[in-house]
Amino acid sequence: MDNAALLAEIPRLRRYARAMLGNRAAADDLVQDTLERAWARCALWRAGSDLRAWLFSIMHNLRVDQLRRPSLPTHSIDEDDFEVPTRATQNDRLEVRDLESALRQLPDEQREVLLLVALEELSYAEVADALGIPIGTVMSRLARGRERLRLLMEERPHGANLRIVR
Amino acid sequence: MNKLAMTEDDLQAWVDGALPEARRGDVEEYLAAHPDETERLRAYQAQKQALKALFQPVLNEPLPERLQVLATQPVAVDPKKRPIFERWSLQRIAAGLLVAVVSGAAGWLGHAQYQGADRQAQVMPLPRQAAVAHVVFSPDVRRPVEVSAAQEDQLVAWLSKRLGTPVRPPKLAAIGYELIGGRLLPGNSGPVAQFMYHDASGQRLTLYVTTENATNRDTGFRFAKEGPVNVFYWIDGQFGYALSAGIDKSELARVATAVYDQLEHK
Repeated sequence: MDNAALLAEIPRLRRYARAMLGNRAAADDLVQDTLERAWARCALWRAGSDLRAWLFSIMHNLRVDQLRRPSLPTHSIDEDDFEVPTRATQNDRLEVRDLESALRQLPDEQREVLLLVALEELSYAEVADALGIPIGTVMSRLARGRERLRLLMEERPHGANLRIVR
Repeated sequence: MNKLAMTEDDLQAWVDGALPEARRGDVEEYLAAHPDETERLRAYQAQKQALKALFQPVLNEPLPERLQVLATQPVAVDPKKRPIFERWSLQRIAAGLLVAVVSGAAGWLGHAQYQGADRQAQVMPLPRQAAVAHVVFSPDVRRPVEVSAAQEDQLVAWLSKRLGTPVRPPKLAAIGYELIGGRLLPGNSGPVAQFMYHDASGQRLTLYVTTENATNRDTGFRFAKEGPVNVFYWIDGQFGYALSAGIDKSELARVATAVYDQLEHK
């Protein structure tokens, strides 16, 4: 596994983990665990295959493990001291906050698919591969996640405007 | 009108620009006839843009050192990379030796502590506190400090804020010691700061800074030997300073003098 290639993937892993977990310290912990596991298993990585998708799948599996054994959530007190301004200083700040909190309200499995597609721009096949689920499941989670997020943002009651197009 | 077998999958793929060329026309035709669907898909596209805008800044944040280290220096052994393997072996041996030293030191300090069992409620004297902090953190190979010297400004701002008074690590490069970074620790009654330095050979030295000495009078240089750790300490107003290292007394005195001079002339 190439150091430079791995280094280049870290910012994206961090971005995804941050979007997934919402908490900077927890997200970086997850990235650290992911990198450690990647090194431990680098023999399993086939040169030439997609490093990014492989790393996302490691992260996904770690997260599944974590969720299976819930632990006391911890939070470092001084996190804010190091917070470089991270959010765009646009005037729709409130809306941005809303998006973040709406995202938190999605079920994990929908948020995960939505973020891999919308934020990380993985192909549907890559998402299916990374998460170890059939592509049909990717599509249905994506559709449900997007619709739910839209409704949350519009603050309409769930399902009020659901339309089945078949 | 459009009785195309339009599926939700097609529509999602349209949002992501993942439709095959041949299918795109069909979907666009369908959407032209279904404005409400168009509105829904546009909302998904806006969502996608908003998510990117929201999390984009994370990509430009400086990488925390603990992550950077993991990209450039494998923790596990990579057989293809001999030099790293060898370096790690040496580090492991060094770590093993340090564990032995720390155990010994901790045992020695613990022993001394138990002798004073009847006075346990008393506060730990400055040199003892500093020596314990030194033996706990200085052998740490992967994470000896909380904030590294690369972020010295943040380190200074953070520790100054937590200690409630400006604190700044002295510059010891001129006498061969380079700042690694620092951390916040609990003292007898509040936060204390520890700065860590090393020389070219990797020998580590810590400067322990307390602000808990409001009632104490100033002192000159004092020397204490806490097990394997030599400590020079002095009190200056509310500040207590202790310089600890496993190096001999004369070398430590040389560093302590440099630290003292800098702090006096700040």
